[in-house]
Amino acid sequence: MTKLLQTLFDGLAVGSLYALIALGYTMVYGILQFINFAHSDVFMTGAWVAYVVAATAGWAALGGDAPPLYAGLFTLFASMLFCAILGFGIERLAYRPLRKAPRLNVLITAIGISLFLENIGQRPELFGTQPQKMPQLLPDTTLFTIADVNFRVVDLTVIAVALVLMAVLQWLVFHTRLGRAMRAVSHNFSVASLMGINVDAVISFTFVVGSAMAAAAGFLYVMKYPGALKQPADSTWILLGLKCFVAAVIGGIGNVRGAMLGGVLIGLMEMFGAAYLSPHMRDIYVFSLLIIVLLVRPAGLLGRATVEKV
Amino acid sequence: MRSDTRAPGPWSVLFSTLALGLGPLVLGGCDKMRGGSETAKGPGPASEAKGGEAKPDAPGGDTILIGEFGSLTGSEATFGQSTHNGIMLAVDEINQAGGVKGKKLAVKTYDDQGKSQEAGTVVTRLITEDKVVAILGEVASSLSLAGGRVAQQYGIPMISPSSTNPQVTQIGDMIFRVCFIDPYQGFVMAKFTRENLKFGKVAVLYDQAQAYSKGLKDDFIKSFKEMGGEIVSEQAYTGGDQDFSAQLTTIKGTSPEAIFLPGYYTDVGNVALQARKLGVNATLLGGDGWDSAKLTEIGGAAIEGAYYSNHYSHEEQRPEVQAFVKKYQAKFSQVPDGLAALGYDSARLLAEAMGRSPSLGGKDLAAALAATRDFKGVTGVISIDAERNAKKPAVILQVKGGKPTYSATVAPN
Repeated sequence: MTKLLQTLFDGLAVGSLYALIALGYTMVYGILQFINFAHSDVFMTGAWVAYVVAATAGWAALGGDAPPLYAGLFTLFASMLFCAILGFGIERLAYRPLRKAPRLNVLITAIGISLFLENIGQRPELFGTQPQKMPQLLPDTTLFTIADVNFRVVDLTVIAVALVLMAVLQWLVFHTRLGRAMRAVSHNFSVASLMGINVDAVISFTFVVGSAMAAAAGFLYVMKYPGALKQPADSTWILLGLKCFVAAVIGGIGNVRGAMLGGVLIGLMEMFGAAYLSPHMRDIYVFSLLIIVLLVRPAGLLGRATVEKV
Repeated sequence: MRSDTRAPGPWSVLFSTLALGLGPLVLGGCDKMRGGSETAKGPGPASEAKGGEAKPDAPGGDTILIGEFGSLTGSEATFGQSTHNGIMLAVDEINQAGGVKGKKLAVKTYDDQGKSQEAGTVVTRLITEDKVVAILGEVASSLSLAGGRVAQQYGIPMISPSSTNPQVTQIGDMIFRVCFIDPYQGFVMAKFTRENLKFGKVAVLYDQAQAYSKGLKDDFIKSFKEMGGEIVSEQAYTGGDQDFSAQLTTIKGTSPEAIFLPGYYTDVGNVALQARKLGVNATLLGGDGWDSAKLTEIGGAAIEGAYYSNHYSHEEQRPEVQAFVKKYQAKFSQVPDGLAALGYDSARLLAEAMGRSPSLGGKDLAAALAATRDFKGVTGVISIDAERNAKKPAVILQVKGGKPTYSATVAPN
């Protein structure tokens, strides 16, 4: 019972992190039909910016075990703002000039941007080449205990913030004018522009939102794993990004709700597999799920199969 | 930038932006961080033609060039940095005392970023391009295995300062080490756990991607069971994983008295943090892979009270230790860890063997290294045995007040 509940809780916490990152992949794919390989590096940058802000401000040292509430919020927004600008810049400088180029060119550019961010992040003036310990910004206490399972403030915050952000995005995409424009561009790029939609602005906005979500995920990641802030070029980031991309594909790439579903699903899959089958193959469970989904429903769980017009 | 023509416009914008604005930064970054990564030459004949280019670092008539490879960046960065500091301290001392055979020693160092594929590449580069006479490195056993195979193939002697996995020196007659090996370390930790701490139920959580971690786990389990202890759970992770809650939840269900973590410090710090959050309060035990100031920085209060085996303690009162600690602190203003001490010993032992060797050729030098007896090192008296390993006592350290504190010495049986 303890183990079941603990695993379920951990799976949900990890899954909501995955879902936040998966949203960025799926939104960009939905609109531009290409996989933004630099997305995992935006996530990494978000985590590191949160560290730099928190370490520079030195809140943890001041507040000891109970840093002020605004410290966490300020760090979260600073990180989201930075990555939103970064996402805007990447799209403006690297992807927009290639709007009319073959899709493969954009894909390779994305890999280039990814390598660029990883390597420049290692500069001593930026993040350096060593793992760091994230200062504690959230109260590190147990809120309540059920059946010997500690429900900690940090984990509950991760789930809550992820849920709030996903709800905001849901509202944004399905209940606002801008969201309608985004869906129109995703449906048909050129017709949308003929209808008077400023396609460039919509695409920029998509990158801004996706990157801010990744930054939020980065912040939540270092809150949950304060000791796992690995150096910018560490393979941890790439593997995490890959898993979240898998989440987007499982849910049906291009589908916002699908990305959320896929993220939670692989989080649970990973935790239950590691706890009940064997921890030796935790990554294998995720990728096996991908293969099964692709075999049974090639368009993903919530994706609609489209006919490619040749 | 909406031009209807295809390639030139957009492409040139992209490239000029990158090249003018940010390019130099990127290149600078790569060059500095990844010392040896740009050469990907496969192992070719050692007498490869050099094409006449001038090599500023090439050994001149009055210097002897030694190669070093280590993880100067990445998750195990303090391993490489401490070892490098130790080596440089030794080399400076040797040069001040007149060098070896009337020549000064010079060290060429490459960063392998803690990746085994890089280790093979940089060792090849040290041998074929820089023409080093001997190699010092690595700390992590997986990396010493990768580099050692290359060194053995070219017949260049290599000393690993601190790789404890038995397989490292089994590569061949060119590979040596100045530290004890894992069967001994596993025995020491098992004995300490069983006899000093009087624990009977221990869980194990190891890194399945590291030869060191897997080997030490097996050795510990074997010794611990022989001493009548019980291993209640054996769990694995992959180095770099960030989430250990599934494994720790399983371990929690078996309520062990201690958890043995034969991994490296970054992962161990993380495991400790997550274990305490899940309400696992068992004593944490480990090996020399914990030896870094980063361990307590990451683990904080969670790692307090944990025990690990190591090669030396800076608190030992032997004159060699105290003299070394003083010199090291004066130069680098930090307390030397075990890896710094082993780096120092490996460079001094190499220089001593070079002095005894009739020539600096691989075979002569290897024979001289193999003949090393009763060398007084900082980490103990070193005699190289028939398997090219060193037999030395181990110390047990306990994390107290955020610092590793001397707890016990266990001598070889």
